[in-house]
Amino acid sequence: MALLQVKMVNKSFSGLTALNNVNLDVEEGSVHAIIGPNGAGKSTLLNCFVGRLTPDTGTVLFNGKSLIGLPPHRINQEGVVRVFQTPEIFADLSLYENVMIPTLARRDGHFALNAWSRADAQIKVREKVEHILDDVGLADARHVLAGTLSRGDKRRLELAMCLVQDPKLLLLDEPTAGMSRADTERTIELLKRIGERRITKIIIEHDMQVVFSLATRISVLAQGTVIAEGDPAAIKGDARVQEAYLGGAQF
Amino acid sequence: MDAVLLQLLNGLDKGGAYALIALGLTLIFGTLGVVNFAHGALFMLGAFCAVTTHKLLTISKSVQDTSITLFDVHKDVPYLQIWWGDIGARIIDYAVPLSVLLAIPMMLLVGVALERGLIRHFYRRTHADQILVTFGLAIVLQEVVKAYFGANPLPTPAPEIVSGSANIGAWIGLGDALSYPWWRLVYFLFSVAVIGMVLAFLRFTTFGMVVRAGMRDRETVGLFGIDIERRFTIVFGIAVVVAGLAGAMYTPILPPDYHMGMEFLVLSFVVVVVGGMGSVGGAVLAGFLLGILQSFASMNEIKDLLPGIDQIIIYLVAIVILLVRPRGLMGRAGVMET
Amino acid sequence: MTHTVKRDRMLVGGFALAVLTMPVWMTPLGAGYPDLLQRFAIYGIFAIGFNILFGLTGYLSFGHAVFLGVGSYAAVWSFKLLSMNVLPAVLCAMGVSGLFALAIGYISLRRSGIYFSILTLAFAQMAYNLAYSVLTPITNGETGLKIERVDPRLIDTWLSGPSTLIPSTNFFGMPMSGYSGFFFCAVLLIAAFYVALRIARSPFGAMLRAIKSNQNRLNYAGVHTRPYALTAFVISGIFAGLAGGLLAATDPLAGAERMQWTASGEVVLMTILGGVGTQLGPFVGAVIIKYAENIFSAFNPQTLHGIFAFLPDPIEDVVVTVTGLFVGNGWQLTLGTLFMLLVIFLPGGVIEGARRLGVLIGRKTAALRGRRSQPLGSALPASGAASE
Repeated sequence: MALLQVKMVNKSFSGLTALNNVNLDVEEGSVHAIIGPNGAGKSTLLNCFVGRLTPDTGTVLFNGKSLIGLPPHRINQEGVVRVFQTPEIFADLSLYENVMIPTLARRDGHFALNAWSRADAQIKVREKVEHILDDVGLADARHVLAGTLSRGDKRRLELAMCLVQDPKLLLLDEPTAGMSRADTERTIELLKRIGERRITKIIIEHDMQVVFSLATRISVLAQGTVIAEGDPAAIKGDARVQEAYLGGAQF
Repeated sequence: MDAVLLQLLNGLDKGGAYALIALGLTLIFGTLGVVNFAHGALFMLGAFCAVTTHKLLTISKSVQDTSITLFDVHKDVPYLQIWWGDIGARIIDYAVPLSVLLAIPMMLLVGVALERGLIRHFYRRTHADQILVTFGLAIVLQEVVKAYFGANPLPTPAPEIVSGSANIGAWIGLGDALSYPWWRLVYFLFSVAVIGMVLAFLRFTTFGMVVRAGMRDRETVGLFGIDIERRFTIVFGIAVVVAGLAGAMYTPILPPDYHMGMEFLVLSFVVVVVGGMGSVGGAVLAGFLLGILQSFASMNEIKDLLPGIDQIIIYLVAIVILLVRPRGLMGRAGVMET
Repeated sequence: MTHTVKRDRMLVGGFALAVLTMPVWMTPLGAGYPDLLQRFAIYGIFAIGFNILFGLTGYLSFGHAVFLGVGSYAAVWSFKLLSMNVLPAVLCAMGVSGLFALAIGYISLRRSGIYFSILTLAFAQMAYNLAYSVLTPITNGETGLKIERVDPRLIDTWLSGPSTLIPSTNFFGMPMSGYSGFFFCAVLLIAAFYVALRIARSPFGAMLRAIKSNQNRLNYAGVHTRPYALTAFVISGIFAGLAGGLLAATDPLAGAERMQWTASGEVVLMTILGGVGTQLGPFVGAVIIKYAENIFSAFNPQTLHGIFAFLPDPIEDVVVTVTGLFVGNGWQLTLGTLFMLLVIFLPGGVIEGARRLGVLIGRKTAALRGRRSQPLGSALPASGAASE
């Protein structure tokens, strides 16, 4: 059984169809890229997985459990964790606190009245936070305010905030958008490294270099419908996909 | 039936005041993005324009009272009366409507000065900061007024010709029981006229078009190279003038004191919330609606049923609206809903 | 880590010492009398509690005085029905205001931003209006709720028989007037300070700060933010109730004016004056406001003429007229002006101002020491101040 099963999902905004009978199976352990031209409905689809949007019809099953109608925090607690397109971080907290908070959320669940112990005395949390900051190469900046980071560093911080939760399914919304070539390379490197932990990932991406160096499976979305699905080699040769991308200039 | 109609009428003048204040609040919020907690104080300032006008017109000279011959008695006679006799007395009688002439330039000046000197610097600050600084401003304004005019309410009479009651019942064939003070009717018509002018200004002038476009999408309008800053000043000025006029004309209904602003501010905010944040039409509609609702809640029959309801009805409505339909009656979906 | 624990211990210890010795060091400042010192402590508790909500979560409540008023009413009723001992009164005050906070917070926290502020303000106005009208049997309307000789005082009567006089409030015999009253409030203030510090340093406190920083992110990190915010609201309501109870304990009457919007505004001012989100700030703000209120409102034209007597007469008159607006009955004008100046120029409050001053002096002295040594400021991590 696939980890994430998406069946016949429809979503429209005031008459405008954004998703049209989308079907998608994401296998456990795979890196599943969703590509497609602008306005194809990629972000809308992702929003349906994390509870920001509710599909009009259709089902989204994670581990056999429906995610539809669950609020974002419940979906996160199920193990579906999202990295945003523009980095969402706690700008006026330190890097350490930024990573500590999701760590605590994973340990304590969606609410715990843990008001008498010291946050900085939770040894296991501390070890985990330090470790992950080290992993993404931000350990030296742990006391810096997150808002002062560069855009690339903010993305890496957010990735750390998500990874520290040991997600079962990690959703990456254009993880390299707006990054320099060097930063992109580093991010690919990082994503490959965490790939060794066999976290199932869904990646939305425009940059085909990123897609083909990471994905084990690719779905192509155009005008709200999945027009092709297969392994990277198959997608590269698919005529419909090239058409969707206006002559396939990007391949 | 009479009673119901009477309450409906009673709600109209209050509703007019709410609508006028809320109109300015929502205009400021919609275009400038500023939460103005000093708007009630500006309403109060307008009311004191009327008081000032009355005081200016009745500057008096002490003259010997010739009607009493036995003793030497002095009485104060306004200069206007000394100079112009009956016409002077008539002018004094019309102090409140005349105060509009003072209130417009005064309030415009205040509004422009405030926007240039203070509000402008808070466009990019958080709503909390805006609330705090305008809250401080409200305290300052009311304390300054207190220092000059004292703490007691100052009755300012309406012109004699409209000081009585209109026998509305007789007009529509319902009997004499239904009488309604003339001035309240005047106030209602006045508020409708001002609202009409503002709405027409927004709808039919290029300036208004830009303002309405700005309320929908501030950044895009800025991109067209339109000098949005100057327009913001004018919008703020208009909102302040409207609040001031609402206050000036309200004085015969409620003798103004320095802290009348806060009660009206809270109620007007409630009106804005009920009408929909940033919706001009919503503010006007909700203003009258809530004014009438409040007036019904103060009927004895209803008070017997639900004691104290008249005190809290508006707040209750606001709470229910905020919870059930956060965008308000006429607010657009997705605007300030959380 | 042990380093920060030690620093916190020193903070609490220093705070306790400073508070308990206030009768000594406040005397040269003209504030060394129990009545005023009690107010420092009580409003300090109020502001510290308010800071747990506003400082940590960023939710700006404009109706917090409701809980102060409710606490006072509850305490006076405890004096009337149960006992003149302040212990049950204070517990009643905290309990009842906590329940009020739970109800008001549950509804208000469904919205955030200005809507939350307006909702809390609406609730406060409602409570104020009701206290003056229909609830007169409970609040005694405009006269205010007082203790009377005929009150039942069940516990006292049961223990020591009916009394013929109106007894005074006490803590197991220790009177609540004068210095013993101050020390009672001071001990509770120190406890409140300690509790607030523990909360700020806890994982719970970290979640509250995350709510202020980016509520959306927190939701997607698997945290249900509403119960966190509600808990903070209730805790701060209980603190306010405690303060209200103490106001009644030191002077056993309660009136609706305690719930007015001006009172709600005052606690906001105290908190931002001292420094929102800092540990010491709210108390510092409360002391400054209450001290200034006491000093300024006592001034009158005669004292002003005395102060400015060194100026030439015409100038003196002008100066006295202008300053006269700000003192005596015009004290509120000072308050409003202060409010604006603070928000405009020093949103971080006194604590932030002191820190900036410290950095400035640090730099100056570092520069004086010559270029051999590195400037002090650059070596410090920026988050040092944020985690204060």
